Amino acid sequence: MIDGVIALYIFMLAAFTGYEVISRVPVILHTPLMSGSNFVHGIVLVGAMVALGTADTTPMRVIGFLGVFLAAGNAVGGYVVTERMLQMFVAAGQKKRGAAK
Amino acid sequence: MSSHTLLALSYLAAAFLFIVGLKRMSSPLTAVSGVRWAGVGMLLATAVTLAFMGGVPQVNLLLVIIAILIGSVLAWVSGKRVAMTDMPQMIALYNGMGGGAAAAIAALQLASGSESNVTHAAIAAVGGFIGSVSFSGSLIAFAKLQGLIKKTLRFGGQKLVNLAILLLTVSCGVAVVSGIHADMMTVTLFFAFALLLGIAMTLPIGGADMPVVISLYNALTGLAVAFEGFVLDNAAMIIAGTVVGAAGTLLTQLMAKAMNRSLANVLFSNFGDSSGAAASSVTGTQKAIEASDAGVMLAFSQKVIVVPGYGMAVAQAQHKVWELCQLLLDNGVKVRFAIHPVAGRMPGHMNVLLAEAGVPYDLISDLDEINAEFETADVALIIGANDVVNPDARSNKSSPIYGMPILSADKAKNVIVIKRGQGQGFSGIDNALFVLDQTRMLYGDAQSAVGQLIQAVKAAG
Repeated sequence: MIDGVIALYIFMLAAFTGYEVISRVPVILHTPLMSGSNFVHGIVLVGAMVALGTADTTPMRVIGFLGVFLAAGNAVGGYVVTERMLQMFVAAGQKKRGAAK
Repeated sequence: MSSHTLLALSYLAAAFLFIVGLKRMSSPLTAVSGVRWAGVGMLLATAVTLAFMGGVPQVNLLLVIIAILIGSVLAWVSGKRVAMTDMPQMIALYNGMGGGAAAAIAALQLASGSESNVTHAAIAAVGGFIGSVSFSGSLIAFAKLQGLIKKTLRFGGQKLVNLAILLLTVSCGVAVVSGIHADMMTVTLFFAFALLLGIAMTLPIGGADMPVVISLYNALTGLAVAFEGFVLDNAAMIIAGTVVGAAGTLLTQLMAKAMNRSLANVLFSNFGDSSGAAASSVTGTQKAIEASDAGVMLAFSQKVIVVPGYGMAVAQAQHKVWELCQLLLDNGVKVRFAIHPVAGRMPGHMNVLLAEAGVPYDLISDLDEINAEFETADVALIIGANDVVNPDARSNKSSPIYGMPILSADKAKNVIVIKRGQGQGFSGIDNALFVLDQTRMLYGDAQSAVGQLIQAVKAAG
């Protein structure tokens, strides 16, 4: 179990990590990166799964079902569009290297 | 090893993979591997969670699997199909879904009454509030960018109304958390007001500010996920959510700074309907040019700087633009692309489109790198950009965009502007660049106008 103060430590360290990881990103990657971080918070899926698992009435199952559905959309959609965008950068880089030869 | 330890270790691995993935996404060369690393982390966390759900009722397990399948397939298909130019609204949509999921978790926690701990209930409520605002706000942002909502709703006293909704949400939240009115009705009202607040906050924000808003909601969803992670005792959610919250906040600040506006200003100033004061300051007439003349001008230049904007994205003209530039490069013309940080609808939006068309990175420069070079350029070719090249931002104190860093296209010897018509741009501000002596307007859809330029350059070369 995560104790309150430990949770605050995790929160603080993760916040610094997020800040540091992003601070050196070139402008050209801002949109893919926003999309990538959008994918990462798709981890809400595991929470939604656990929450639906404990639902015991029909209205709660409906809300839980919606939660899992939305979270799965966040994770999968976020992944697909991020990968598509980033693949274009690879393609463009290879073309450039090809032209330089 | 107990099953709980295994679950915790897999979440630790997932959190590690997310951070490594984001780190690798911050360089063009390793970016694709970055999203794949993060993807592995997501699969791992999901699979292990599912594997440990053996103890839950069968019907719930079945619902979990069905919901994952439906959500995944819909998102997969829509994500694969969406055009590159429509990326911003898709990101807004997926982001909103994440916020909605966080809100759903909060709703279950609060409604079940399983949170006897007031601190936990309060954290669940805050996360649910943020998630709900992010959910409905992102959906409005999506609808606006998709063109489903064309009007920007504004009325007198709007801020007071929003404040009232906020107070109602907070009081419902307090009632639920403190246990005074922890019934279904109050919980429902709490979420209804929070969703309404997201809608009311986003409706008056103009389209030009959407990049900042989407980025903000992205950061908010991250925070909401982190809060729900606290409640569920889930370290992966806390870490991933917080990392995204911090990164998204930084990204939002970078964007707001690029527009020289504070976040509060974006959210509360009703930017974009203040054209009245600025309109009078732009005097003079726009001078049109034929594509054939513009083509000759380009073909016989030494140096051309291309400034793409949202107009290029709307017309899907990025491939034509690159074709034109390759033609010019073959003719010995130096070609550069100048990208304003907030050109288009998201930071880096133009870079994604140019990368799609195959433009090499070394031809693309951002604001600081390129601004001194406009003085040496024979032609600045503006393709569907407007506010980011408006010299009023430098000189006219009454202009709503005064102080925003701009691309100094007005310093070029000649300026050719491709624009659909004589009207104002997205923000509704008149552009002083368009009436300068050295500026010529090439009216038309960016796709067809650039096509005509290609023909003209071929004829001239």
